[in-house]
Amino acid sequence: MDKILEVKDLHVDFDTYNGTVHAIRGVDFHLNAGETLAIVGESGSGKSITVRSILQLLASNATISKGEVLYHGDDLLQKSDKEMDKIRGNKISMIFQDPMTSLDPTMTIGKQVAEPLLIHNNVSKKDALKRAEEVLRLVGIPNPAARMNDYPHQFSGGQRQRIVIAIAIVDYPEILIADEPTTALDVTVQAQIIDLLKELQQKIGTSIIFITHDLGVVAGIADRVAVMYAGRFVEYGSVTDIFYNPQHPYTWGLLDSMPTLDTNEDARLNSIPGTPPNLLNPPKGDAFAPRNEYAMEIDEEEQPPFFKVSKNHYAATWLLHPDAPKVTPPEGIMKRFAKFEKLGGNAK
Amino acid sequence: MAKYILKRILYLFLTLFIIASITFFLMKLLPGTPFSNQNRMSADQLKIVKAQYGLDQSVGVQYVRYMVGLLHGNLGTSFQFNNEPVTALIGQRLAPSMQIGAQAMILGTIFGILLGAVAAIRKNSWVDTLATFISILGLSIPSFVLAVLLQFYLAYKWKIYPVALWDNFQSSVLPTLALTALPLGTVARFMRTEMVDVMSSDYIELAKSKGNSNWKVVSKHALRNSLIPVVTIIGPMAVSVMTGSMVVENIFSIPGIGEQFVKSITTNDYPTIMGLTIFYSFLLIIVYLIVDILYGLIDPRIRLGNGGKE
Repeated sequence: MDKILEVKDLHVDFDTYNGTVHAIRGVDFHLNAGETLAIVGESGSGKSITVRSILQLLASNATISKGEVLYHGDDLLQKSDKEMDKIRGNKISMIFQDPMTSLDPTMTIGKQVAEPLLIHNNVSKKDALKRAEEVLRLVGIPNPAARMNDYPHQFSGGQRQRIVIAIAIVDYPEILIADEPTTALDVTVQAQIIDLLKELQQKIGTSIIFITHDLGVVAGIADRVAVMYAGRFVEYGSVTDIFYNPQHPYTWGLLDSMPTLDTNEDARLNSIPGTPPNLLNPPKGDAFAPRNEYAMEIDEEEQPPFFKVSKNHYAATWLLHPDAPKVTPPEGIMKRFAKFEKLGGNAK
Repeated sequence: MAKYILKRILYLFLTLFIIASITFFLMKLLPGTPFSNQNRMSADQLKIVKAQYGLDQSVGVQYVRYMVGLLHGNLGTSFQFNNEPVTALIGQRLAPSMQIGAQAMILGTIFGILLGAVAAIRKNSWVDTLATFISILGLSIPSFVLAVLLQFYLAYKWKIYPVALWDNFQSSVLPTLALTALPLGTVARFMRTEMVDVMSSDYIELAKSKGNSNWKVVSKHALRNSLIPVVTIIGPMAVSVMTGSMVVENIFSIPGIGEQFVKSITTNDYPTIMGLTIFYSFLLIIVYLIVDILYGLIDPRIRLGNGGKE
């Protein structure tokens, strides 16, 4: 498969009054043509910052201190803001989290959807608006011709997110970055939006980076999943790998805190104790160690490298070291391993 | 929209009626009489003069008479300014006041918007600090102090503009500048605050993610949205500029309406007080109406008629 995007050793720092926050501390990943990569992790883990770094849409106090973002082998981090303007909304575009605040309240939606076309292509205003209308129909806005001159406040939340998606896909981008596009929506609308994204991916053949903290959403859309914690990836693999053969204790914690059909309705939901580390002074060892009941001494001392679990499945935990003691994961995870065996996998 | 404006105009007349009534009775409470030379008049003479102006009647009768006259567009004649009809008096004196007032408002608003926008875009840089400094100066230096400073340097020392004169555009420059400081400072402060807010909003990020250049993000998205609250302060600001112009007119010897207003109050020139009050009120209500219409043009969320809810 073609790697269309490759992020290598990305580091992002934020200057704050209290000092430098090392928000992203060495992230590597790639995106294959036509696939959907989901990045999951709790709030503040650095998911949004990672993908915003690709388009260099970071706050003014952020600096990308190290790393490469290779788009077809071309390092985007070396490009000027002007050169990036030609890529944003054209080759790579973004869907934002909150549809209620992402649209310009004083511009008609027709114009907002047509804008990327007018910026990147040499088209007339009339043609751009015509195309915008088609895309609005594609994303499921009923009777788009009549609604082109309406303003965002005249649409519901779900419809607005469809408009935000229309803006992102109107110029047929190669890569679509969806930053928690369903978080602000209610569950029925969430499902509609996920279906829409899948449908659009087939129609226009775009690759998607999908950010979410909702594992349920991931199962519905992703081909591969990367789990992020405190500015680093801790585990990545196919959806099956992550859901049924997870190796990192953080991934265990995430999956275990999600109710499944087997969950006893009287049982308390599990949660991961503690809070993420302060990234003003990132820990020397594994950032998850203080919250990890399986932590070993070495976790405090040294950052674990990625250990290969299977082809395309890697996890950064010392538990995978050949010399590590065997541990028994939580009960819920053991059940997942059993399912993995049934699926024909070889769980550890 | 037309229906809305019609309704507003109806309210305008109602408001004017109420203002006229209140002013009329308040004015009658003022101590003193309109005839400063009355001690040189005999009691009979005074009686004749009073009868001539209808001042011998009861206040109620005077009120009804005045209101009937007002309905016919008759504001009475001035006691002080050569017995001229008040309408003519306002007519003559209106032009200079309106000219410097309008010039100051336009100049202050435009440069205030620019200054505030630049400060917001270059937030926390020296440009921002300078812009904040200028706008705070504009807000805090009274117009009459600025007027005297301008006179001293630009007129007396460097002789670029006349000190105090009213004939051509040249002579309107200094008073306009003196009056510009307040709207400039106010608008710049509002604009900066609002634009900093807007620039950090999600839709600006989305606009940038579309591939808009920084300039286009500002000109096509940020500016218009930042203008919404700025428009609302233009109304009250117009009030300050108009009332503030009285002192400035005095300093620059401009034959404007402000000077008359002060004089008419100190001399109990009833018809002039009434005429000017009604006229100022009319002006302000019209300004507010224009601001409300502008508001709707800029912000579709409060547009009336078919632009509103489905």
